[in-house]
Amino acid sequence: MDFHLTNEQLMLRKMYREFAENEVKPLAEEIDEEERFPMETVEKMAKLGMMGIYFPKEYGGAGGDVLSYAMCVEELAKVCGTTAVIVSAHTSLCCAPIFENGTEEQKRKYLPDLLSGRKIGAFGLTEPNAGTDASGQQTLAVKNENGDYVLNGSKCFITNGNVADTFVVFAMTDKSKGNHGISAFIVEKSFPGFSTGKHEKKMGIRGSSTCDLIFEDCIVPKENLLGKEGKGFKIAMQTLDGGRIGIAAQALGLGEGAVNEAVKYTQERVQFGRRLSQFQNTQFQLADMHCRMQAAQYLVYAAACKKQLHEDYSMDASMAKLFAAEAASDVTRRAVQLFGGYGYTREYPVERMMRDAKITEIYEGTSEVQRMVISSHLGVK
Amino acid sequence: MKIIVSIKQVPDTSGKVAVNPDGTLNRASMQTITNPDDMNALEAALKMKDATGCKVVVVTMGPPPAAGMLREALAMGADEAVLVSAREFGGSDTYATSQVLAAAISTIGVEDDDIVMCGRQAIDGDTAQVGPQIAEKLNLPQITYAADIQVDGKSVTVKRMLEDGYMTIKTQTPCLITCIKELNEPRYMSVGGVFEAYSKPLATFNYETLKDHPLIDATTIGLKGSPTNIFKSFTPPQKGAGMMLEGADKDTCEKLAGILAKKHII
Repeated sequence: MDFHLTNEQLMLRKMYREFAENEVKPLAEEIDEEERFPMETVEKMAKLGMMGIYFPKEYGGAGGDVLSYAMCVEELAKVCGTTAVIVSAHTSLCCAPIFENGTEEQKRKYLPDLLSGRKIGAFGLTEPNAGTDASGQQTLAVKNENGDYVLNGSKCFITNGNVADTFVVFAMTDKSKGNHGISAFIVEKSFPGFSTGKHEKKMGIRGSSTCDLIFEDCIVPKENLLGKEGKGFKIAMQTLDGGRIGIAAQALGLGEGAVNEAVKYTQERVQFGRRLSQFQNTQFQLADMHCRMQAAQYLVYAAACKKQLHEDYSMDASMAKLFAAEAASDVTRRAVQLFGGYGYTREYPVERMMRDAKITEIYEGTSEVQRMVISSHLGVK
Repeated sequence: MKIIVSIKQVPDTSGKVAVNPDGTLNRASMQTITNPDDMNALEAALKMKDATGCKVVVVTMGPPPAAGMLREALAMGADEAVLVSAREFGGSDTYATSQVLAAAISTIGVEDDDIVMCGRQAIDGDTAQVGPQIAEKLNLPQITYAADIQVDGKSVTVKRMLEDGYMTIKTQTPCLITCIKELNEPRYMSVGGVFEAYSKPLATFNYETLKDHPLIDATTIGLKGSPTNIFKSFTPPQKGAGMMLEGADKDTCEKLAGILAKKHII
């Protein structure tokens, strides 16, 4: 695959880096410490078109491509895992399923506000008893006399949950049909019977909003059914394929950010009368760390390019997420080790990067799920 | 109405500065940026575009890679770009550069309600001469060191920031304004802007384009025609650490007065 970046992609990378360095990095420590959603950053990103990068201009997008989006998440994650996942969840998990499965009317109604960043999007699939086993959905959607749907149940661990205006939500319309009884809906936060629950206190990505969604006789108009009834599970799985590119890019950025910090620190820190960077252990560690992240970058970029070309990218996205997430966890941990005691303190960003990296092995399909996807593509049963 | 913004690609002095044996900057080995004050000029122009819908044209004189900088200006929101580039123009000092740029700007066309904008000075030469010289050559009123600009029809009111205070000047378009960093905060390129940048017009003015322009005198352009020559360039020795005296008691003050008197400062 050719990774010769276009002039536009090179220019965007420069813009993302400048933005991340000047606007995102200065807030990263504070929003982590205070568990505060960086709404001011989202507003700035919205103005620059970063909330709808790869969608057509006719719906309010920036008219870009999937790789340009992955590069955005990557550059943000180099300095702040929280900001990166806000963009990823909004783009991949809410804008994408509406764009890919919505009717023209739904696209015209919801996408302009979402892609311009005037509104934030989220995705509700996970339930207390339906995590990796997403088919075990217990939220029910029952048609009322008007043909509208009445939703009852709850979702948990919803990224952007407390700040989103628009949600793509999954619920059982026919429990007897298993996966084929799941349907997708576009839910607005103002719908009667919809509310959000408590904010989860997390190990990492602490500035990102994570909460429950609660549906108590929540009326969802029939025109907000996304795709056909019973096709929700397929929509969810397709959406997660795309989402994995975003999370893989987040993991990639976190690992690369940790390498950057470690390269800088080991050239300054002196022990035994020598800079840490002069010890062969440091040199070998950093070489290995860089190699892992470079390999991750190839996988992430390959998956993004395949999605852009409308090729089957499901396995590529899983490989990218699996490899990048595990590389990020390993590389950020090694970075903390290179920093020694200082790395364990909040004075330096590597401990935050290590905490942020762990979630990339868990959300939008655990590493174990990625291995299931990859092995099934290999025909291993 | 249109705004013509003159910008320059300069070495990024936050990185390593490299100098050729002849004392000139080794630009090829250094990262480049758009001159910071020029970014303020561009931002001011783009703000006027946001408010009035006027056209913004960016112009630069430089080697072919300077086109990349022009594309970035287009990605920020400028409408058109002109690259003035020819071997004959290479090595020009401020006198020669302003002559070529004035010819280029006049070729683009300065109408009655147009404004030409420049940064105050470039971080490589630090002369602050090119803007004012362009104004002289184009016979335009000039206002330097703009910290605030208000445009009302053809009337332009500029607050100039001087070392010891502010001065407010009113003039009429067409005019030339040089801008300082206090004027505004330059915007980022936008994602949509980047994808539009390569479909916006970028013209190249070479020697052939400009040679017959009345402002161009072939004997006073380029390195040979430039009246300024670099005699010597050197890195000044680093200043030693200063002396700190702490306290506001009589003894400390007397000690300070003694040191200053010894150095004939007081």
